[in-house]
Amino acid sequence: MSSSPLSCDVAIVGGGIVGCSAALALRKLGKSVILIERDLCGSRSSGVNYGGVRRQGRSLIQLPLAQRAHAIWAKLPELLGATCEYTRSGHLKIARSEADLASLIAYKEKTASFGLGLKIFTGHQLRELYPWLSERVVGGSLCAEDGHANPRLVSPAFARAASQAGAHLLERTQVIDIDHSNSNFTLKTSTGQFIKAPILLNCAGAWASFVAEKFNEAVPMVSAHPTMAVTEPLPVFMSLSLGVQGGGIYARQTQRGNCVIGGSRGFALDELRARPSREAIQLVLARSVELLPQLKHANIIRTWSGTEGYLPDHEPVIGPSRTTPGLFHGFGFAGAGFQIGPAVGEVLSELATQGQTSTPIDGFSISRFPRVLSSITTTLGDLP
Amino acid sequence: MTQALKPVIVGAGPAGIRAAQTLVAHGLRPIVIDESARWGGQIYRQTPGNFTRSSTQLYGFDARKADSVLSVMDSLLSKVDYRPNTLVWNAEGGQLDVLHEGHTSVVEYTDLIVATGATDRILPFKGWTLPGVFSMGGAQVAFKFQGCAIGQKVVFAGSGPLLYLVAYQYAKAGANVVAVIDSSHFSCQIKAVPALLNQPAVLAKGVYYLAWLKAHGIAIHHGATPIEVMGAQSVEQLIWRNSQGAHQIDCDAVATGYGLRSESQLADILGCKFVFSKADNSWIPQKDVAGRSTIQHVYLAGDGAGIQGADAAEWAGELAGLALIEDRQQKQQTNHATRSAELAKSLQKRVAFGRGLSIAFQDPQNWASKTTDDTVICRCEEITAGDIRQSAHATAAQDVNRLKAMCRVGMGRCQGRMCGPAAAVLLADCTHQSIEKVGRLRGQAPIKPIPFVQSPALKNIPSDTKEAT
Repeated sequence: MSSSPLSCDVAIVGGGIVGCSAALALRKLGKSVILIERDLCGSRSSGVNYGGVRRQGRSLIQLPLAQRAHAIWAKLPELLGATCEYTRSGHLKIARSEADLASLIAYKEKTASFGLGLKIFTGHQLRELYPWLSERVVGGSLCAEDGHANPRLVSPAFARAASQAGAHLLERTQVIDIDHSNSNFTLKTSTGQFIKAPILLNCAGAWASFVAEKFNEAVPMVSAHPTMAVTEPLPVFMSLSLGVQGGGIYARQTQRGNCVIGGSRGFALDELRARPSREAIQLVLARSVELLPQLKHANIIRTWSGTEGYLPDHEPVIGPSRTTPGLFHGFGFAGAGFQIGPAVGEVLSELATQGQTSTPIDGFSISRFPRVLSSITTTLGDLP
Repeated sequence: MTQALKPVIVGAGPAGIRAAQTLVAHGLRPIVIDESARWGGQIYRQTPGNFTRSSTQLYGFDARKADSVLSVMDSLLSKVDYRPNTLVWNAEGGQLDVLHEGHTSVVEYTDLIVATGATDRILPFKGWTLPGVFSMGGAQVAFKFQGCAIGQKVVFAGSGPLLYLVAYQYAKAGANVVAVIDSSHFSCQIKAVPALLNQPAVLAKGVYYLAWLKAHGIAIHHGATPIEVMGAQSVEQLIWRNSQGAHQIDCDAVATGYGLRSESQLADILGCKFVFSKADNSWIPQKDVAGRSTIQHVYLAGDGAGIQGADAAEWAGELAGLALIEDRQQKQQTNHATRSAELAKSLQKRVAFGRGLSIAFQDPQNWASKTTDDTVICRCEEITAGDIRQSAHATAAQDVNRLKAMCRVGMGRCQGRMCGPAAAVLLADCTHQSIEKVGRLRGQAPIKPIPFVQSPALKNIPSDTKEAT
């Protein structure tokens, strides 16, 4: 099947939270948009991640973006027409040792100018406030305005909002080739369609190397797969989203009472699908009980994973291509793209229309990587 | 045959037992994993050891078959590694994850026969979550396993061969069966006779149950659908409807079911390819005549891969066992080939019989469009038909997995085992698609809930990773 090419101002590859929020922002700027998504919008990592909406713990260079995103999350209901279970419950990062607590204190001092409102507590204070925390907790840092949301509602809702604003979403459609000539990109899809646009946004997540490589700027991105699990509904005891300094697990409880826990690594079934490993599931369960003793008697009803792109420094690539004018990247969020995704979408819309953005993104330039590389797209097991 | 083979059979119903018998006959010692405490599966479920009812009381006309299957397993116990009370909850890399007495461990296999059986296919109606409403299979388990009836005044409402069988079993044992409400029209059952004659003995039993129930004055309503169960704390009345209008019966228990649904989650997690089966009106794991799945050395037998009934399960179990032996041997043995061909022929006849069953037993007409918005579909997550319709409309969900993500149907404890088929029928109806098109809920571990237990076998733990979003 083949038809006459569709033309638009901006073509977007990838219908995750970044691509869809870029599409929405571009429509608000009056640009015509075609977004191509291989599966359903928001059905990959944007839709199956843990659902943490946190600024705490991010690198300093990400904080301006995270603050911008924070303001977008505040108006989520008006933007998407639904709350999507977003709650500013607070994000508590736990320390299991004095050294970890010192790291949390250092982070608070380092980020003081950003106004995250971090508060440090001792283990004793925390157990007074949150009696469900185990004795292993030595202390923690609370970011009261961070929280969590339901990713399987949020990310598809961004897609629907973009569509309602007039963006053209091509779902279950794969980009199989991209060409750039005469200041125009031509995308060929698996459905035999051609899409022409002067601007192209690469928001293809863990699969974004495909686009980057097309334009001779391969990046050293690897895929990794979190292990996620959810309990049956339990009486609500915790509203916070919980993280652990130095990694380990993260946990939150939904309004319905299910505890969502994550950590460790799963494995790739193939290029598109991933699954938690048995060791990882058992590890996550054991660690959760260590911090939240009352989970001991709960049951796990479901586990899952996703495919997330990681660059060596665990920072994303956001900004213009260094080889091809009109191409902008936004990918490689190292498992932490959900909260900043909507801000990255806005930044990309500014780059696409004005060539610049008010939010500092210098640290995310693709030119921080050497030019000659062959990309690795899949890795099994743990990260280097 | 190499000594290194580690065959594992999941399920100890008629398929699993015949498969085990076949492997033992060829010098293998399979592990047989059974979720139940005693072998027999759902159909030949045994009573607890200290019960003394005869197999005729328990299994009726099928007593001889039951005895045969059960005694085969009895004689195999020293020749297989039988693991009762053991749930397979996951599979990964040639190993099964099992849960036994609160602890998980790993069972290795080189060859796997998946004989996971079936469960009830439910089409909900208003009030079906009230105490006193049981699935048809549940009602039968209460009877066979514990010797209990589900109530004093029982109505059987649904469709499928189990409807008349269980009603008969109850009435024969002295329970008060108030009515049988069959969604299929009697004319359909007449129309199905030529196809059903492919298994004349089974047809004869069905005709006998129906005649017996009628002769004993039990009301049988064809072309009739349960509309609502009412009661303050538990079942008090059932409202049902036929072409003459709505009717009310006093009762204190209702058994319902519309045929059976394959328990195919393990096959899914193993990565078996699925195909849409018109006979089952659902997606089932693909297998060849002998039961080979699309994964090498993984075989499918019995109702877990398309509903064929207990007799066919025995044939399929033996056939899968023979296929396993054949696949592992260098040269084929002619006696195998003859026996395999015989079994395949019987199974082929069962396919024709199955076509007859799907003519004879039909879902209530327009079940989806007639189901009211306030009817609970997913009882774990309390999702109603209205929630599903509203969600499908508002989010343009076209497939069941997306629907699940949007409105939580199938997200609870049962992981869609009970509500999955009904949700698919509803979604197909409100999006004007076929059941085939709306797809199937993806299987995800654990197959059934597992506790937060620490396995003694923790190893190869990846190091700490940084917090995700």
